[in-house]
Amino acid sequence: MSSTDLLFDLTPTEEQQMSREVVRRFAREEMAVAARAADEAGALPAGFLRKTVDLGLNFMPVPEALGGVGAGRSPVSNVLTIEDLACGDMSMAIAALAPLSVINCVMDYGTDGQKEIVSQALATAEFTPAAMALMEPGIGFDARRLNTRAVLQEDGSYLLNGAKSMVAFGPEARLLLVFADTGEGVTQGFLVSRDTAGIAFEQEDYMGLRPLPLYAMTLRDVTLPASARLTAAFDLKRMVSLGKIATAALAVGTCQAVLDYVVPYVNERIAFGEPIANRQAVAFMVADIATELEGLRLMVYRAAAQAERGLDCTRIAFLAHRNAIKYGMRIGTDGVQLLGGHGFTREHPVELWYRNLRALASLDGMLLA
Amino acid sequence: MINLELPKRIEDTRALLRQFSSGGLRPISRKYDLLEPKDTPQELYELSKLLGGGRNRGDTAGEGGSGNRNGNNMSMVVSSAEICWGDVGLFLALPTVGLGNAAVNAVASQQQKDEWGDLYAAMAITEPGAGSDSAAIRTTAVLDGDEWVINGEKIFVTAGYRSKQVVVWASLDLSLGKAAIKSFLVPKGTPGMTVTRVEHKLGIRASDTAQIVFDNCRVPRANLLGNPEIARTADARKKAFGGVMQTFDNTRPMVAAQALGVARAALDLTYELLADKGVALDYEKSYFQMSAVENDLYDLEAEYETARLLVLKAAWMADNRQPNSSNASMSKAKAGRMGNQVALKCVEICGQLGYSKAHLLEKFARDSKIIDIYEGTQQIQQLIIARQVLGKSSSELK
Repeated sequence: MSSTDLLFDLTPTEEQQMSREVVRRFAREEMAVAARAADEAGALPAGFLRKTVDLGLNFMPVPEALGGVGAGRSPVSNVLTIEDLACGDMSMAIAALAPLSVINCVMDYGTDGQKEIVSQALATAEFTPAAMALMEPGIGFDARRLNTRAVLQEDGSYLLNGAKSMVAFGPEARLLLVFADTGEGVTQGFLVSRDTAGIAFEQEDYMGLRPLPLYAMTLRDVTLPASARLTAAFDLKRMVSLGKIATAALAVGTCQAVLDYVVPYVNERIAFGEPIANRQAVAFMVADIATELEGLRLMVYRAAAQAERGLDCTRIAFLAHRNAIKYGMRIGTDGVQLLGGHGFTREHPVELWYRNLRALASLDGMLLA
Repeated sequence: MINLELPKRIEDTRALLRQFSSGGLRPISRKYDLLEPKDTPQELYELSKLLGGGRNRGDTAGEGGSGNRNGNNMSMVVSSAEICWGDVGLFLALPTVGLGNAAVNAVASQQQKDEWGDLYAAMAITEPGAGSDSAAIRTTAVLDGDEWVINGEKIFVTAGYRSKQVVVWASLDLSLGKAAIKSFLVPKGTPGMTVTRVEHKLGIRASDTAQIVFDNCRVPRANLLGNPEIARTADARKKAFGGVMQTFDNTRPMVAAQALGVARAALDLTYELLADKGVALDYEKSYFQMSAVENDLYDLEAEYETARLLVLKAAWMADNRQPNSSNASMSKAKAGRMGNQVALKCVEICGQLGYSKAHLLEKFARDSKIIDIYEGTQQIQQLIIARQVLGKSSSELK
């Protein structure tokens, strides 16, 4: 049956359903319960990253010949995983999935040599930090107009100069996918090992995502061999879309956590002699959270399913990302509002989700679906 | 397997209906908006024949026997949206697809269907004193020999003037509350049923909206649609009315689909009118590159696509026999407010030209309002969603 005869379907595959059960339990038992302490400590819980290896996520897209499962690239499976992990905690979800995004990008656009390097380094029994380095410091980031430059040298190597921001793991990252302008507005990616000369990191400090180690990265006359460059098949437009889809999936998971938390709260909180949920002003806020969350989730699934089928997902990914920023933050702020003054304190997680959800507007290319 | 694109069969039907809408409905759109006719627009008799069986074909089962279905609900929401892209007022005015038809078809025997002839049944529920709270209707039906005697007043009956039959909600016993509410088929021309008024409206002016008075109107006993028994226990009564309200779970996505059609029409026309204004949506721009107008348009597109998926999901659930009450309401709530917001914003963006009757944009903005009102207002949908999400009864969350 040709792909055009596919039916509209919202049922995950059996493999996806089984995987979701495992991931959701992990998000509940290992992430949600540890989120507050991690936020206060500004550090991931001890041993957390090691535990994520047992989920086996990094092995899925890696071919069997390279030691993986060979399940192929599945943006749909990825968004389900991102959503479920983010429901536990957004910072931990990003940390856990950053290496997978490097794997995904290299499986999509890497050379055979890069695929081997990435598989050997990241699809292992130990968690190996790795991250994408697309975002740049400042206001008005645009992946199509990067300030980091990669100049082709006469001997075929590249000379990179510039600054990156929000690079997960920073100096701890074994591998980094650094994106730079190779001239005339053409963006290209380079697989960089952390011990390359000319790279320096400085830890950054943000409103939220506090357990996630984020770094500013400077590249000063970094020389890379031609073999570090992704192939000519590199498709910035598609990669940016996959990034937008992943960011929107983070919003879905985090907003689900908000909804799951406010429902029992407004049902139990008594004011004027009855639960505040009995008031339409409160109940309708909850109804709108549920409605917009459901709509956002469907947008994310649609874009991911388009990407998986090889359809052009640019438009829906762009729109899903816009709505993730808009409604993700609205749900974040309504979550605090519904708890009133209590929501403003650190006794409840809604203020944490509020801070994390504001990051959605600045997470370009951190994760890929 | 998760896939949110339409199957080819439904997509093909949609493309055909686009031709029907642009070639058949658009040319007479303004004419009937200005006329606000009581009778069915003449052109619609011929046009509705073109629709034929194309709007209601069978299910498409999933490949490999997965059991997934894209059936009538999915087809209907897509088709409705596409016809409403042409004109939502004319869509409502299409003869032979009255809102009451489904209620009749669900329960009538073949003999009754033969006897009642071609079905074009309006639905009469709302009363001057009972709108959203349909359980509060005061119209009564009393059995007298082998006939029901109906008394009361109904308003806002879509196609109430033009239809061939009216399905009217009436109570068998006002003291027994909503469980005693039953529906009755009353053919036009039945003595005692009089259309007393046809409304003049903000929009959907091609469709008639009537007030109907029942004054000792007598219909045969068999014209009560469904079960004539009144549930005996309080619990059973609640269930009975719940069954009545459940029909809305299927119809709400259909009405939500109307908003999709109007919104898409407004956006498409806006792009036409903006053709020489240098507005370009490439879906890659960064926030810092887009103009204020483009920013608005991206927003409207995002709202439209989100509402569309909520409608498709609610229809898909109905096709697959999944309980969809809250999804049906989500689809109606989101699409209702989206359609109105989009159409109004498009008029604003297009300025004088948008506001002018020289184009249909102002009409779309007028038509869009009713979709956030009928078949359950925005607020009623929010109430239904909230009760489900919060696990509240209607007595707790009023």
